[in-house]
Amino acid sequence: MAFKNDGGFINNLGKIYGIYTVGFLAVVLLVGLLEYLGVPNIVLGYIFIAFTVAVYAFIGIVARTSQVSEYYVAGRKVPAVYNGMATGADWMSAASFVGMAGTLYALGYDGLAFILGWTGGFLLMAVLLAPYLRKFGAYTVPDFLAARYGGTLARLFGVIVLMSCSFTYLVAQVYGTGLIASRFLGIPFDIAVYAALAGILVCSMLGGMRAVTWTQVAQYIVLIVAYLVPVVILSTQKYGVPLPQLMYGQALSDIAAREQQMLQQGLATTADLRSYLTPFLSYDRVNFFALILCLMVGTASLPHILMRYFTTPSVRDARKSVAWSLLFIFILYVTAPSYAAFAKLEVYTNVIGQSLDHLPGWITTYSNLDLVKIHGLSLHGLAGAITAARDAILLGAKDWAAVAPALQAKGLGDALAAWDQMADPLKQWLFTTIAQTPAVTAPDLFQQAIHLAAQQAGDTSGLITNRALTLDHDAIVLATPEIAGMPYVIAGLVAAGGLAAALSTADGLLLAIANALSHDIYYKMVDPQAPTARRLIVSRAFLVVVAILAAFVASTHPGDILAMVSWAFSLAAAGLFPALVMGVWWKRANKWGAVAAMAVGFLVTLYYLFGTRYYAVGFYEVWSGLSGASPADIEKYQSLKAAYEGAAAELKPAAWAALDAHAQTIANWFGIKNISSALFGLPLGFLTLVVVSLATRRPSPAMADFIDDVRRPRGKELMEGGRLLRDPR
Amino acid sequence: MSDDQGKAHWAQTRRLMAVMLALWALFSFVIHLPVARLNEIVLLGFPLGYWLAAQGSLIAFVVLLFWFANRQDQIDRAHGFAEDD
Repeated sequence: MAFKNDGGFINNLGKIYGIYTVGFLAVVLLVGLLEYLGVPNIVLGYIFIAFTVAVYAFIGIVARTSQVSEYYVAGRKVPAVYNGMATGADWMSAASFVGMAGTLYALGYDGLAFILGWTGGFLLMAVLLAPYLRKFGAYTVPDFLAARYGGTLARLFGVIVLMSCSFTYLVAQVYGTGLIASRFLGIPFDIAVYAALAGILVCSMLGGMRAVTWTQVAQYIVLIVAYLVPVVILSTQKYGVPLPQLMYGQALSDIAAREQQMLQQGLATTADLRSYLTPFLSYDRVNFFALILCLMVGTASLPHILMRYFTTPSVRDARKSVAWSLLFIFILYVTAPSYAAFAKLEVYTNVIGQSLDHLPGWITTYSNLDLVKIHGLSLHGLAGAITAARDAILLGAKDWAAVAPALQAKGLGDALAAWDQMADPLKQWLFTTIAQTPAVTAPDLFQQAIHLAAQQAGDTSGLITNRALTLDHDAIVLATPEIAGMPYVIAGLVAAGGLAAALSTADGLLLAIANALSHDIYYKMVDPQAPTARRLIVSRAFLVVVAILAAFVASTHPGDILAMVSWAFSLAAAGLFPALVMGVWWKRANKWGAVAAMAVGFLVTLYYLFGTRYYAVGFYEVWSGLSGASPADIEKYQSLKAAYEGAAAELKPAAWAALDAHAQTIANWFGIKNISSALFGLPLGFLTLVVVSLATRRPSPAMADFIDDVRRPRGKELMEGGRLLRDPR
Repeated sequence: MSDDQGKAHWAQTRRLMAVMLALWALFSFVIHLPVARLNEIVLLGFPLGYWLAAQGSLIAFVVLLFWFANRQDQIDRAHGFAEDD
């Protein structure tokens, strides 16, 4: 086997992955042929997903290893270019692949903050951190903190920050994998999540970093092909040139023109149409740049990315590898805005303005997944409400108003939520219909329900207007092939790409978490005498436990956890960046400075995140002096607060909800949004580090030599096999 | 490897770092400040301000990183701190 003889494998990487790429394209063509021959879509979906996952599993199994250095850092022999590809896959998550174009679609110019933030961070990483951490020779990021800042406390803090930013991120990847698998394999989400778990574990469990590296390279190839193909086709269809990155300029002009036309035809109003090219409509100027900064610094400090650069053969390669990573990431990120623009133009011209009676097929498909809504109504939501009404009738509800109390009395929370999404006249109509014909299904009623919902919203045009249509961010990339009427093989390809993106990131995160637990906690703190075999067993056990935990959390549909993913960047930025950077760049930085900086940065950020999101009223009460609220906002707050205080006991929850919702918009410091909260923790972290370091003892001369060694590429690493070669304390 | 070499190496490395951070700030923040004005210029359908954020800065980041990797390697070699090939 190629992997038994690594020299042969490394020397033939180009050939091996070349053959793999050709093989993958052949499978795509084969599936296209099968579709032409009339094979059903669901079978095509299975072929795609089965083929790609089988390849990942194959790599995961042949790359198995029992050596610690192979397991933790792939033996430090991954060439810069291939590590770049692996990092690209590691970095680009389900959110980048599936969500990014959707964010741009929804936010227009302001969405570009994500494009800038998620690329520019690699500059900081290459200049300030990656080569130095590579020279140090650690297995994990906390390893470096422990060596530089003398001991367990710094390591422990590093592990805490690492876990807090990686776990929610991991859950989101598992969730994304489950979503794609359930959409394209037609299996229930809760089962798909555990199937995804198997796909993730098979890549990482036996071979650790080595297996993850080589599967990530394979996954990068799948995801980039899958991302480019549909939008290249779109560009060729529309403008005759297969270069979407150049041609979407034309689409941008067409969008602007169509926006004016829609306004004139009454399909959109200035209230519901957000001009696609005008900046600072969603984020104000300060928040736009604050978000860019937080995403960049967060990117540079994310442990699962940093640790990828531990696998290169040399410091020089680590630097080059960051450049290659960014190039491979660039290919996708520079394409994402064209995806969004083409999708926007397609929806503006071919969906908006169509009759409500002739909904395109893809709207029904994605409405079924709750990703598309017409006047707030999806097929998925309607089906939920129908089930709820039926249950309530069985429970003895006699009219529509009795449904909610009946469900509540039985504690059927999910059903109640589905029911309460409907406006009252819709509830009334739905109840009567179901009482007469209990066997009725959501697709039977969808058409009528939409018309009712449109009337309810005061829209009598009978057309799909701009405000009627709500597209979930995730729908854009997944649905674009269908929106543009491409054959199903393209949709299947996109699904395989999304799966590759989610799986590769999940593997990187899982490894980062499991390594922190097994190497930093178990080996370094609990049992430093543990033999190699036991260290690897412990690491694999943690891998399985963490993966199952993530799948379990994902299977509960944790809306909040998904929203928390964006927190990872702020937490990593404020918690790790000051200690890591100053550890290399400032010899005077010492243990107490770093520990205090990590604590302050992390806690301030966490406080801001939780305070502004979950305890908005309390947060605003304490910090009203710093809030960016306008006088009108303050007045509204006061009146809502008075309403809450004066409300009768049974009306208190509703009044509180209204107050809390409003408080969330004004609970802030200087108007900075929750997602950019590192804007406070980061400078405070630096300040703390400097002040506390200067106030406490200077690090030993041995430490100064140690730092000099880290700064110079020449010479041996300072750690070997996870042990420090000389302790600088 | 004298200590002077070490000092000179680090001084040059620090200077390169400062240059890189300045360029990073330029392409991350500064050139996007006048976006509204820049959007009045339209090239190939792209409003310039939009293009800079969607493509221009990204291209700059990639080019800068490859340049940096080379430049730092030159510095390491000049002072005898580079790894053996």
